[in-house]
Amino acid sequence: MRLGLDIGSTTIKCVVLDDNNKLVYSTYERHFSQITEKIAEILDRVRNEIDGAENALVALSGSAGMGVAQDCGIQFVQEVFATRVAANTFIPGTDVVIELGGEDAKILFLTNGLEVRMNGTCAGGTGAFIDQMATLLNVPLEELDDLAKQYEKTYTIASRCGVFAKTDIQPLLNQGARKSDIAESIFNAVVSQTVAGLAQGREIEGKVVYLGGPLTFMSELRRCFDRTLNTEGICPENSLYYVACGAALCAEETIDFDEVIDKVKNYRGSGNFAFNPPLFENESEYREFTERHARADVQQKELKGYSGKAYIGMDAGSTTVKGVVLGEDGELLYSKYLPSKGNPVEIIKDFLGEIYELNPKINVVSSAVTGYGEDIIKNAFNVDYGIVETIAHFTAAKYFMPDVEFIIDIGGQDIKCFKIHNGAIDNIFLNEACSSGCGSFLQTFANALGYDIEEFSKLGLFAKRPVDLGSRCTVFMNSSVKQAQKDGATIEDISAGLSLSVVKNALYKVIRASSPDELGKKIVVQGGTFLNDAVLRAFELEMGTEVVRPNIAGLMGAYGAALYAMKKSKGSGKSGISNSEDLKNFVHEIKVTNCGLCSNNCRLTINSFGGGRKFIAGNRCERPVTKKAPSTGMNMYEYKLQLLDEYKPVEGVRGKLGIPMGLNMFELYPFWYRFFTELKFEVYHSPFSNRKLYQRGQQTIPSDTVCFPAKLMHGHVQTLIDDGAETIFYPCLSYNFDENLGDNHYNCPVVAYYPEVIKNNMKDIKKVKFIKEYFGIHRPKDFPGKAFERLSFYFPDLTLNEVRAAAKKAYEEQEIYRNKIQTKGDEIIAEAEKQGKKIFVLAGRPYHVDPEINHGIDKLIASFNVAIISEDVVSSKVERFRTHVLNQWTYHSRLYAAAKYVSSRKDMELVQLVSFGCGVDAITTDEVREILEANNKIYTQIKIDEITNLGAVKIRIRSLLAALEEL
Amino acid sequence: MAELKYDKKSGRLLFTKQMKKEGYTILMPNMAPIHFRILKNVFVHYGYKADLLETTGPEIAQTGLKYVHNDTCYPALLVIGQFIHALQSGKYDVHKTALMITQTGGGCRASNYIFLLRKALKKAGFEFVPVVSLSFGMEKNPGFSLTIPLVRRFVGGVVYGDQLMLLSNQIKPYEVNKGETMALVNKWSDRISDMLIEGKGYTLEEIDENLHKLTKDFSKIEVNRVPKVKVGVVGEIYVKYSKMANNGLEDFLAEQDCEVCIPGLMGFAAFKVDNRIEDYKMFGGNRLKYKICKTLFDYIIKLETLMIESAKRFNFVPPHQYAHTKELVKGVIGYGSKMGEGWLLTAEMLELAETGYENIVCTQPFGCLPNHINGKGAIRKIKEVKPNANIVTIDYDPGAPKVNQENRIKLMLAVGRENLQKQLAEEKENKE
Repeated sequence: MRLGLDIGSTTIKCVVLDDNNKLVYSTYERHFSQITEKIAEILDRVRNEIDGAENALVALSGSAGMGVAQDCGIQFVQEVFATRVAANTFIPGTDVVIELGGEDAKILFLTNGLEVRMNGTCAGGTGAFIDQMATLLNVPLEELDDLAKQYEKTYTIASRCGVFAKTDIQPLLNQGARKSDIAESIFNAVVSQTVAGLAQGREIEGKVVYLGGPLTFMSELRRCFDRTLNTEGICPENSLYYVACGAALCAEETIDFDEVIDKVKNYRGSGNFAFNPPLFENESEYREFTERHARADVQQKELKGYSGKAYIGMDAGSTTVKGVVLGEDGELLYSKYLPSKGNPVEIIKDFLGEIYELNPKINVVSSAVTGYGEDIIKNAFNVDYGIVETIAHFTAAKYFMPDVEFIIDIGGQDIKCFKIHNGAIDNIFLNEACSSGCGSFLQTFANALGYDIEEFSKLGLFAKRPVDLGSRCTVFMNSSVKQAQKDGATIEDISAGLSLSVVKNALYKVIRASSPDELGKKIVVQGGTFLNDAVLRAFELEMGTEVVRPNIAGLMGAYGAALYAMKKSKGSGKSGISNSEDLKNFVHEIKVTNCGLCSNNCRLTINSFGGGRKFIAGNRCERPVTKKAPSTGMNMYEYKLQLLDEYKPVEGVRGKLGIPMGLNMFELYPFWYRFFTELKFEVYHSPFSNRKLYQRGQQTIPSDTVCFPAKLMHGHVQTLIDDGAETIFYPCLSYNFDENLGDNHYNCPVVAYYPEVIKNNMKDIKKVKFIKEYFGIHRPKDFPGKAFERLSFYFPDLTLNEVRAAAKKAYEEQEIYRNKIQTKGDEIIAEAEKQGKKIFVLAGRPYHVDPEINHGIDKLIASFNVAIISEDVVSSKVERFRTHVLNQWTYHSRLYAAAKYVSSRKDMELVQLVSFGCGVDAITTDEVREILEANNKIYTQIKIDEITNLGAVKIRIRSLLAALEEL
Repeated sequence: MAELKYDKKSGRLLFTKQMKKEGYTILMPNMAPIHFRILKNVFVHYGYKADLLETTGPEIAQTGLKYVHNDTCYPALLVIGQFIHALQSGKYDVHKTALMITQTGGGCRASNYIFLLRKALKKAGFEFVPVVSLSFGMEKNPGFSLTIPLVRRFVGGVVYGDQLMLLSNQIKPYEVNKGETMALVNKWSDRISDMLIEGKGYTLEEIDENLHKLTKDFSKIEVNRVPKVKVGVVGEIYVKYSKMANNGLEDFLAEQDCEVCIPGLMGFAAFKVDNRIEDYKMFGGNRLKYKICKTLFDYIIKLETLMIESAKRFNFVPPHQYAHTKELVKGVIGYGSKMGEGWLLTAEMLELAETGYENIVCTQPFGCLPNHINGKGAIRKIKEVKPNANIVTIDYDPGAPKVNQENRIKLMLAVGRENLQKQLAEEKENKE
């Protein structure tokens, strides 16, 4: 008889096998992180229920059981290994096992070379992720599966990490997308994450077996896998217990139950975990703290019977909806703070309904709305003003502290902070997509441990040793928490630790402050998360200063919106907001369709509210709304694309030569085009990127943390191969042209050597002649000779003279191309000066021109009536100057130079595009910011990845424009 | 406190002769414990007061996070965090302290560490602390110069460090009397340190003689050679060696009853010099610079030969021969891929798989750029060439929990153990 235990991240499984390996006992239970208690309980139960269990061979497996096993004398079996043993025993002939667990995802290739793949530190697409998504949709897990069965359309959801997906789903919800479609999209995201992230170029074929909780319980998820893999996988009986069975099968030792149960019960881990000082030493300290904060309050009055002028402000946030009614002196008449439950429209409708019921004769003078759902609410209820969140919060903060210097708002989904300089918003920090572990994180965590959020955070107030969890993303924290628990941290310590880490995240990840002085002395904190005393205290401790938290901290957005409405209306007129009559006739219909007006073919969600009011979401430009093509001519990004398109293939005797259009090719194409055209090749490039093209190569990406532009390369090369390419040219380039702006002229390692990755990871590359040789374009004199050397290997009939002549032409072509860009750039600048338009330098890399990479951010910015140029237009106008970093990459030198130039002009602003995962930009962003700020310019950074959500970008741009207006 | 002088062109704070005279303490990060304890003494010989930072603990990373961009690679966070932490500790007179950091000048982010360090110092209010670049001519300081004799002594120290690490790795897992190997490592480290302080022990003859004695000494340790899972460790250079960065990877593997092989620093040194030679061959350039590099390269290879011979003489698995390692990577990755650990990382994995260390941990900081190419990006191809390779890649950063990393390594080890059992069974069968 054999006994196997499997301690997962959320559940515990135990099986007993008889001598014929038949399952005679099994149990599957959630452990709510009470791991040791649960193990002891189960062992005790098994021994009592199963005859002979006491003599069984016992082994334990599972990621959460490692330490316990070691210290309590139970044999430990690595869980993937266990799975493999079980699969080989119960389903002989299995080729591939796909197993999704609470926090991990695995693929095992059993035949033709054993290989095991586990998710790395980025843990998207797992059970915990699906849990989170269900919470976000506000449906129980089982229902998610049922919902998915009724899907009609799917959306693209970033699958890399839960936080990313949230950023994609939230706007969809706010825009009114159907839950069933979202549910299906979530499953697709999981599949895509598993396949792309783990298979890494190896085909999943043959007999496929699905294991683990999510795949056992969700038939739709299995179907999604089947469809993507083009197979019909098996979900065997006892699919939940494979790890436990594997452990049992590997078991080699019997145990003394009494002794082990005793040891497990008394297991305390190492007792060593990093911790911080307590939040409060004692009750009286806490009392003093609450009394101090109670002083920051706002005057309140009854809405019922109020007869003066009234102003309505609403904040349709990502996870909560807030609404207030103010009287003419700014007194609070009525307020509401509710979870958005995925549909802000319904909630605002109820909110307005309540107001009219309490005070049917209310005289609403004006109204305003802010937040993620601003557009839809404004359209649905005919609200007078829509304002950007930052302005709303600033307006509200000023009311409490007229000379406020710094405002930080931690909401459910995002962190917003900004400095106030000369009475205007100066410096905006929004959390990047990766670290938005804010309020909703605390909430998810509380729920996972079986508490509600308020109860949970209160636990932390008097914790003796708050766990030090660092300031990283939520996925990392999950595991750190578990580790701390094992090491003896109490639930109180963890609660306090989580509050601290939220604060640290904000300070060190988002703001990147090193001391309170940097942020100013006058700080107002707001947002629902700060209503949590533990978080507030953690913030004050970490900052070493006392801050103001208004008693309406959670309502500040709405409050600010109402104040804004008051200011704008100047106290007269009548608001157009839906009245009680309108509400009675209110309808809300949602239709999903594809735009089809341009090649982007955006997936549109059309909300109709009756009376002809409509709101379209999901569009990247104004075209589906205005039915007019966006104006062109003042957008350098568009021009660059057009220019590239002008290099048409010319037939050549040496045959066709395909070039993948990505990374540095966005700039070097003219060079190579001319070079090879002169050598009588027919040079053509892969089509410009789109989602489909990306997916074609997705399975062959070996490193899931490399930047998106590099990942796209796989799609380009695959497309070239699929379209019948004979020769693909994609050279390695350690160095770029020397533009005399820096100390050196390197390419970044990824740009320089990505051809090696393509060669080593794309199976189909063997079908073509793939040229990835190293070239030194930075040495025009040596280039022809060396190029001839390399290329003769592939084309023996080439002559050195030919190559020399072609190289000369190629360098000339590159110069012509550069001049065209320069001329066009100068034209745009001159025209903007003439029209008095603002000029935005959208600074990034040449490949940020790719619409699939920039997600149409250039068009979005252009829609605010500004001219757009790229960094290389102005970088050439600057002499080399001293920087505080080693200025050694060609593309990056341009950024510094552009920042320098922008600093010298009143009519120019710089917005930096940063690809997620770009290591080099960790260096450039700080330096560019420093250069700009030294010259009193506002620095704006936009991080981009696979994500297609432009909401956050809009906030930044609108805030920047609003701040510029105030200056 | 000496007068603060600044470089005219770059504006950076210089380490002056006056500072050296006043006995400024030069703090050095401890990347590889055996090596750096020895190397420190080369500077002592030249009259510098050098101090190796041996601090560890989570507060180092926390300090780093506070003063360096959080998306910067983990080694930078740690090294800079460790410096600032030391300056803030009160242990040093901050007005009589300087910092030393290496700078390789490649196209990877690491060349920028020194600048990030200066930024961090400014942020922390230590802008008066000079930073000395340990590099070939990238930044010069009047109070510190890399003379040829110093470089020779330094390279000699690296050779000793490599040999000690190699021998202890091959013996410690099998030693009969626990602790004997480490005691000998310490004994020899002290002996070599004394030599270097006196300015001795660095000529080819001396090195040859010392290596012989040293290796002989180790060969006398009583061992019990039971079959163990053999694990190779490769990766980004700091994370690979530094205990603090890799969460005590070596100790963990020892606990798991493995024999570990970590390719030495000499290979990396040869690689870095060879890059300049390859650059010249590949793209053209200055003939004189090429000549200088070639001379240095030949010298390194001579030393490497001495190490290999002494190891062979006493039946140890010798360190990899650079030329052979380089040959292995042909057709897998081009010699032009030189940033960071470049093609050497890939080559080392191939070499390890060839020499019986086919279970490999490839360590890298989270988001390490060259590793996308030469580490994760090359593994598919490595397995094609060496099907026996059993590789796990581990990302390290301040938030990556140790337990997850160990779990993944354990999986690799489980497969490794299974392979070992199979191999032993086969051998047994063959014998019978």
